[in-house]
Amino acid sequence: MPITMKDLRRAGKFVMPGNAACPGCGALVAFKLVSKVLGKDAVYVIPACCTSVIQGPYPKSGFRVPVFNMAFAAAASTAAGMAAGLAALGRGNVRVVAWAGDGGTYDIGIQALSGAAERGDDVLYICYNNEAYMNTGIQRSGATPPKAWTKTTPTGKAEMKKNMPLIVAAHGASYVATASIGYPFDLVNKVAKARDKRGFRYIEILSTCPTGWNYPVNKTIELARLAVDTYVWPLYEVEDGKLRITMRPKRRPLREYLAPQRRFAHLTEEDVRALERAFMDRWEALEKLEAAGRIFV
Amino acid sequence: MTAQASRLAEGGRWDIITANHAVAHAARLARVQVVPAYPITPQTTIVEYLADFIERGELDARYIRVESEHSAMAAAIGASTVGARAFTATASQGLLLMHEVLHWAVGARLPIGMAVVNRAVGPPWSIHVDHQDAISQRDTGWLQLFVSSNQEALDSVLMMYKVAESPDVLLPFMVCLDGFVLSHTYAPVNIPDQGDVDSFLPPYDPPHWRMDPDAPITYGNLVMPDQLYMEMRWSIDRASRAAKDRLKEISTEFAEKFGRYHGSAIYERWSQDSDYLMVASGTLASEAEVAIEELRREGESVGLVKIRLYRPFPGEEITELAAGKKGIIVVDRSVSFGHGGPLASDLRASLYHAEDRPPVVGFIAGLGGRDVRVRDLKAIFRSAKRKISEGVDRVSYWYGLKVREVGE
Repeated sequence: MPITMKDLRRAGKFVMPGNAACPGCGALVAFKLVSKVLGKDAVYVIPACCTSVIQGPYPKSGFRVPVFNMAFAAAASTAAGMAAGLAALGRGNVRVVAWAGDGGTYDIGIQALSGAAERGDDVLYICYNNEAYMNTGIQRSGATPPKAWTKTTPTGKAEMKKNMPLIVAAHGASYVATASIGYPFDLVNKVAKARDKRGFRYIEILSTCPTGWNYPVNKTIELARLAVDTYVWPLYEVEDGKLRITMRPKRRPLREYLAPQRRFAHLTEEDVRALERAFMDRWEALEKLEAAGRIFV
Repeated sequence: MTAQASRLAEGGRWDIITANHAVAHAARLARVQVVPAYPITPQTTIVEYLADFIERGELDARYIRVESEHSAMAAAIGASTVGARAFTATASQGLLLMHEVLHWAVGARLPIGMAVVNRAVGPPWSIHVDHQDAISQRDTGWLQLFVSSNQEALDSVLMMYKVAESPDVLLPFMVCLDGFVLSHTYAPVNIPDQGDVDSFLPPYDPPHWRMDPDAPITYGNLVMPDQLYMEMRWSIDRASRAAKDRLKEISTEFAEKFGRYHGSAIYERWSQDSDYLMVASGTLASEAEVAIEELRREGESVGLVKIRLYRPFPGEEITELAAGKKGIIVVDRSVSFGHGGPLASDLRASLYHAEDRPPVVGFIAGLGGRDVRVRDLKAIFRSAKRKISEGVDRVSYWYGLKVREVGE
């Protein structure tokens, strides 16, 4: 049975008011949704990332779930140890969640992530991707899209971004999915699916960021939808080696997604066309992967 | 209690094994529950033996074949946060790669156990013994115990779990054993019975905190300067000091139960009736014991202090023994570049406030596995005695260089 609005209303509330998220923070929306689906029997390891701050300063916490804050590179490895420890203590019912940003996933944490994925450690790894090092004040990461302004790419990032979910899928993870806070039911149902599987599961959630992307705070959800609708952020899942695109919206022009974000303010018409082409290339590659059947084996 | 403690209480069984094998037996007997494992010479056989124990059903533990030492320590940390007893082993570069998360284990107050098979640090590559790897982790807050026999390696892992898990300690520990000299050298070892170990070392039950869905807490979130960061650091310092007292009690308890005593924070011999003391750690110290026996037969008045516990440092213990001596000779198997031997520096600092403080002559020897034999240690003693009588005092002398030391 898919999760409905009624289910979400009935689910526990694990994020308290008074946390330290920026106004309009997409990551906080993502955490609220994820924690509702995972419920009480979950422990979280959080490496250095925005959520290190969002949870609020000592001695209080805005989160009503067990959280272990950890060094930057060590989300997946720490989670692997927790899962092993819980199994050894006969508490295999408790889900272990690694909750990391894109820097901690695509860059400094990729080695530990790759190791845990290859071993099939019993971990649900969630990357909330806000497409740069936002907690340190907006520096580019391997997840930053091409052309985007950051403080270390003042004229725009020259490179494409890593295709991280497919990298994880290629490890043979038991479940991989992309999600967006703009499509919350797609998101929560993917989290529920991952919750009920064992082994290494990976979900990447596009988490819009008014602070780093420089857009008005009331557009957080709208942009998270537009990212999907303009094919910048395709929604798909990989299960039993097969990739399935879970959302095929009517495609909207890329400009609608870029225009509200000042990080793309410097783009020329030609840049926008090139970017649109780059994202369409990735979309078409996904369609080929979907058509290919069981390929992540 | 002396080194030749009664063997009457001994049960267990005898085997001729390497120190690495002895350490693996200790982890098995401690019923460790999670073993993250990554190979590095000369540690590798420890985690190989543990894999065998687990796959043969002799140890009920989860074995994680991690992809790096950073992940090995992070996984040990994760396991310990949920209340499991965790164990890993490493050496040299592996220990250095762990450095960041070594601090994390201490800050989170997780009594993880680790064997460090001491090996030189590159470049150039050297797989042979010195203490640079462990000494470079001096300020992480890990309890650091150096051993000098295979039996001591086994016994110390058991004792140190008990020390580390004491409610007033709750710090991780490393038992440091010399690469190849111990790790790959066969010697008779008594392997205690599981029942005796169980009655000595109860299961780990964290008294302070754990990751528990039934009692959710946030551990390690941001602390502002006017909150309790400094107090948390202070409590680590206090816990480290407490570990020395616990080790004293637990070494005695162990000796009563198993009939073996290897010393506590230090091991000393002939220290009361000697004019000079020689100080060292690890197998250098056991080699020094042989050298001192010969020197004493030749009429020299010298005693031995083996530093077992390097952190917390046994400053008070050594200061007490040093009173009235003509000189202290310290042999370091590592170097703090620009400041001589770490043991010598720490010892000098400890002695500074003593009223009657003898001169301290430091030597750096045996780096990169260079052999330090009985005759070398005797030469070091004679050279030190001469330097002391001539009033020569320098930070440290390098012993046994194949080039002449400038100014020597």
